[in-house]
Amino acid sequence: MMNAATSGVPMVHADRVSKSFGSNEVLKSISLSVPQGEVMCLVGPSGSGKSTFLRCINHLERVDAGRLSVEGVLVGYEERGDKLYELKPREAARQRRDIGMVFQRFNLFPHMTALENIIEAPIRVNKVKKEAAVAHAQELLARVGLAGKADAYPAHLSGGQQQRVAIARALAMEPKLMLFDEPTSALDPELVGEVLDVMKGLAESGMTMIVVTHEMGFAREVADQLVFMDGGVVVESGDPDQVLGNPQHERTKAFLSKVL
Amino acid sequence: MAASGSNRSATPAVVSPNGADQAEAIKAIRLRHPWRNIVAVVLVAMLALFVLDAAQREAYGWENFAKYIFDQRISQAAGYTLLLTVYSMVIAIILGVTLAVMRLSENPVVKGIAWLYLWVFRGTPVYVQLVFWGLFATIYSTIDIGIPFTEPWLSFETNDLISVFWLAVIGLALNESAYMAEIVRAGILSVDKGQDEAATALGMSWMQTMTRVVIPQAMRIIIPPTGNEVISMLKTTSLVTAIPFSLELYGRSRDISVVIFDPIPLLLVASAWYLLFTSILMVGQYFLEKRFSRGVGQARPDKAGTETGAITLKTGVISTPGAASAADGDAGSDASTDPSGKEHQ
Ligand SMILES: Nc1ncnc2c1ncn2[C@@H]1O[C@H](COP(=O)(O)OP(=O)(O)OP(=O)(O)O)[C@@H](O)[C@H]1O
Ligand SMILES: [Mg+2]
Repeated sequence: MMNAATSGVPMVHADRVSKSFGSNEVLKSISLSVPQGEVMCLVGPSGSGKSTFLRCINHLERVDAGRLSVEGVLVGYEERGDKLYELKPREAARQRRDIGMVFQRFNLFPHMTALENIIEAPIRVNKVKKEAAVAHAQELLARVGLAGKADAYPAHLSGGQQQRVAIARALAMEPKLMLFDEPTSALDPELVGEVLDVMKGLAESGMTMIVVTHEMGFAREVADQLVFMDGGVVVESGDPDQVLGNPQHERTKAFLSKVL
Repeated sequence: MAASGSNRSATPAVVSPNGADQAEAIKAIRLRHPWRNIVAVVLVAMLALFVLDAAQREAYGWENFAKYIFDQRISQAAGYTLLLTVYSMVIAIILGVTLAVMRLSENPVVKGIAWLYLWVFRGTPVYVQLVFWGLFATIYSTIDIGIPFTEPWLSFETNDLISVFWLAVIGLALNESAYMAEIVRAGILSVDKGQDEAATALGMSWMQTMTRVVIPQAMRIIIPPTGNEVISMLKTTSLVTAIPFSLELYGRSRDISVVIFDPIPLLLVASAWYLLFTSILMVGQYFLEKRFSRGVGQARPDKAGTETGAITLKTGVISTPGAASAADGDAGSDASTDPSGKEHQ
């Protein structure tokens, strides 16, 4: 493959992406682009399709129309001639390896310790040697500020700690793109900061990130691009200060007046 | 309900550490429960009477009980009972997992076939099924291998191929697999959808997700009812006389009692052996449940090992990390209810 970092290929490129559940059209012709190393924050009211869009990026959901690509490679499909072929599960799984995902409810594996959570996928999926995986996991735990918690089960960690383990688990696969779906919405207010700090550090290290969030302060500080979605369409996007400070659309104004 | 502060929240037993203003401990006169004592005395007296009477009663034939309890034929029969139980449970579990996965499949035909299987095997009595298996060789006198509707390549006499013992195993296993399928299905469905999603997002395959993430968590729900199924199976083996296979405990003791014209002591002999086995199984079940409750329930790092009682083990409800962290030792509701809703015999 071409060295994507130096070529101008965007990390994520969506071109008129649509997605329906039955007759419910959840994404309507979404077009947007996230360049390498940038952070995009996605905001919008409940049900606007933010989660669905994130899930499409790693093919947890299938796109119905349009083109969605990661580093120039089509997600979930292969184009041969003028036909699209759906990828086999094994190939879809291969694509997902390079994309980390962090969930609102953490979704740590409760029967595994923090360390076991982190080394599971590298060992099973990437066939990394156990010692190497453990060493890497210890590094990642230190990086998210949980060096002493390797042997703790998720049930014995606070929500903020669990979410940081979940971030370390995603990072263990050495992804080139991280998707965050409301990573702090399930947390008590006093625990939000510790998770956002880890995410800020990650952004500073040059990770490409798409973050669905209601934390406007974080968006203003970290995001290169802010996208406001409503009813399955991108209503407004641009520089966060611009969108937050001087929204152009009525719907954006109405939404921001509620969350700010 | 907050997912936070689980490390800080004080345990109710511990009062403020700098307790200069601690209240005096309550020294009240305890409420008395006279009826409890009376009921207990009456029950113990009735039990003692029954035991004393039974020990002297001729009909129980205690000399014959003593004579046959360790008879070699009986201990061999006990071995057969165990073998029947183990083989049929192993096959039933493998088949049950397969059927459960089939029922959760998105392919309507696969789903429908699994449903049909459960409908037939749960809808008819085991005893009747076993009689059918006994007639298997009558219905299918040969087993042919080849292309259907053409001359077979190989043909076996059914009676040469399958012994009565294996017919019994098959009969018990196929029936049991229908119940196991429901237990496994309930276990799989109890695992939070987010678990599957997280594993998939990490690039794990369906098989890896099942074996590493979903099934280990489903085990907490699956094991208690499966333990009951094993115990129940041990007893159900007594029905294989319907095949007829009579080398196991009940069949053997009945055969002996026919010869010595004294049925009651041999029933007692068989019962004693059944009781011994079920007691051992119950102990085993306790330890298995403990093993699979790792990471959930009440055990805190600071008091691990002291609180992992049987009650913790049956809590299937806390399956998401978010919820689990919220509970300060909240055991959740008891999920050990048998999802198959079965009645044996
Ligand atoms: N698997 C599904 N099947 C059917 N409908 C779905 C499914 N997933 C999502 N939807 C619908 O799609 C719409 C968008 O959902 P989505 O979860 O993407 O919204 P969201 O912007 O993430 O909202 P929230 O802020 O509440 O998380 C909703 O109306 C939802 O009911
Ligand atoms: Mg959402």
